[in-house]
Amino acid sequence: MIHSYKLGGMNIVLDICSGSVHVVDDVAFDIINMYEASDIKGITEEILKKYPDDPEVTKEEIEECCHQIEELKKANKLFTPDTFKPMAGELKKRTSGVIKALCLHIAHTCNLNCSYCFASQGKYHGDRAVMSFEVGKRALDFLVENSGTRRNLEVDFFGGEPLMNFTVVKQLVDYARSIEKEKGKNFRFTLTTNGMLVDDDVIEYSNREMSNVVLSLDGRKEVHDRFRVDYQGRGSWEQIVPKFQKFVKARDNKNYYMRGTFTHANPDFLEDIKTMLDLGFTELSMEPVVCAADDPSALTEEDKSVVMEQYEKLAQLMLERHREGKPFTFYHYMIDLKGGPCIYKRVSGCGSGTEYMAVTPWGDLYPCHQFVGEEKFKLGSVFEGVTNTEIQDEFMSCNVYSREECNDCWAKLYCSGGCAANAYHATGSVKGVYSYGCDLFKKRMECAIMLEAAKTLDGNK
Amino acid sequence: MKIQTIETKNLCESAVNGGCGECQTSCQSACKTSCGIANQQCENKVEE
Repeated sequence: MIHSYKLGGMNIVLDICSGSVHVVDDVAFDIINMYEASDIKGITEEILKKYPDDPEVTKEEIEECCHQIEELKKANKLFTPDTFKPMAGELKKRTSGVIKALCLHIAHTCNLNCSYCFASQGKYHGDRAVMSFEVGKRALDFLVENSGTRRNLEVDFFGGEPLMNFTVVKQLVDYARSIEKEKGKNFRFTLTTNGMLVDDDVIEYSNREMSNVVLSLDGRKEVHDRFRVDYQGRGSWEQIVPKFQKFVKARDNKNYYMRGTFTHANPDFLEDIKTMLDLGFTELSMEPVVCAADDPSALTEEDKSVVMEQYEKLAQLMLERHREGKPFTFYHYMIDLKGGPCIYKRVSGCGSGTEYMAVTPWGDLYPCHQFVGEEKFKLGSVFEGVTNTEIQDEFMSCNVYSREECNDCWAKLYCSGGCAANAYHATGSVKGVYSYGCDLFKKRMECAIMLEAAKTLDGNK
Repeated sequence: MKIQTIETKNLCESAVNGGCGECQTSCQSACKTSCGIANQQCENKVEE
């Protein structure tokens, strides 16, 4: 399977199953797109007809191009067949029962009242609560006990607002550090925060202990303050921006993400990216809002074309800044063509409910943070382990080949079958397909690959 | 006519030594609401 597209002044051909990326001229682009459906004679006639006035387009040149394509095909770099289906599920089966990451819901409460919050202002449609040290400690022990030979264990402090329970965060980090050597593990912590309670103590502690911090900022002041307000309705932008700037500077501008959400109110989110850049931030993430389709902030079909255009312009801006020696990172355009995930990872699905779980303040286990509050998805608890094996089996069987719609999709080895929570909320099934999200994802991948290809070609000059 | 091939990891070859499972799960770091695995790093030193 191949995917061919034109973007940023380049013709790009992706060979999906080998991961190969080719940048080709117009004629080669046309020939590759005809190659599987026509013979050389037919291709030559069509191409000569299409380019009658181009002296470089000759019968010999066309035949030479076809020869080159055939060589790439033999080398498994073009039209590589999909032979991965038997592997799907194999990695999960091989690692069945091994957990390597927990999202600790350290506080089901928040000091902001953002109406677009998928976690319903941090309460996840339930009661306000904070996690005790005892529950958190048990969660860490549960993770270690179930992590098999995995050395790297990931723990996210999530909410609600985790800094509303920062004492317990610190106690849990200290506890993890006290056992990791003896257990042969390496804990990597991430803290997600809205910034309201960031102070020197938080900065100093987090920059010592957190591998990554995710700082919520939606970009422009008016955009941010539309949703991210306190319980009196006051915007939080003025308060948090200086704190985030200090936080990031103290981390040497590394290992953080400014994480924004764009909604129906700002499909032109590139302006928000530019605001973040103007504020001195360079590690950026902007996510489409996740909410019910009838929510006023939900992205509409009309918004989609705007968002697609914004993604293209963002890629162009990133390339310009890269060439000017002022690069910045966009989370969804990070793609390592030479060293990305292996094929097992690519066909196995996202890992929710199997190797990744969310833990509520009470110690209940859910397949991921987005399922918390959906009682039927409760997997068990950190005290009893996974008891709802029926639900876990459903997640275990999610992979790139378990959704019929994905079989012919060129992006399947980049998304690994997509987000189970998005699929469930859009279709009522974790094995459904959230097609709006797919369209945005595919556009992001096209942009990301174009960007990497352009940088590589720049480097070759 | 010109075809320039960008150097990439060969997914077919990664089937040989892949699958150690040490890499991050999909939704960690900055995302939390939309899935993708392409932007993850491989942590299998054997494979490299």
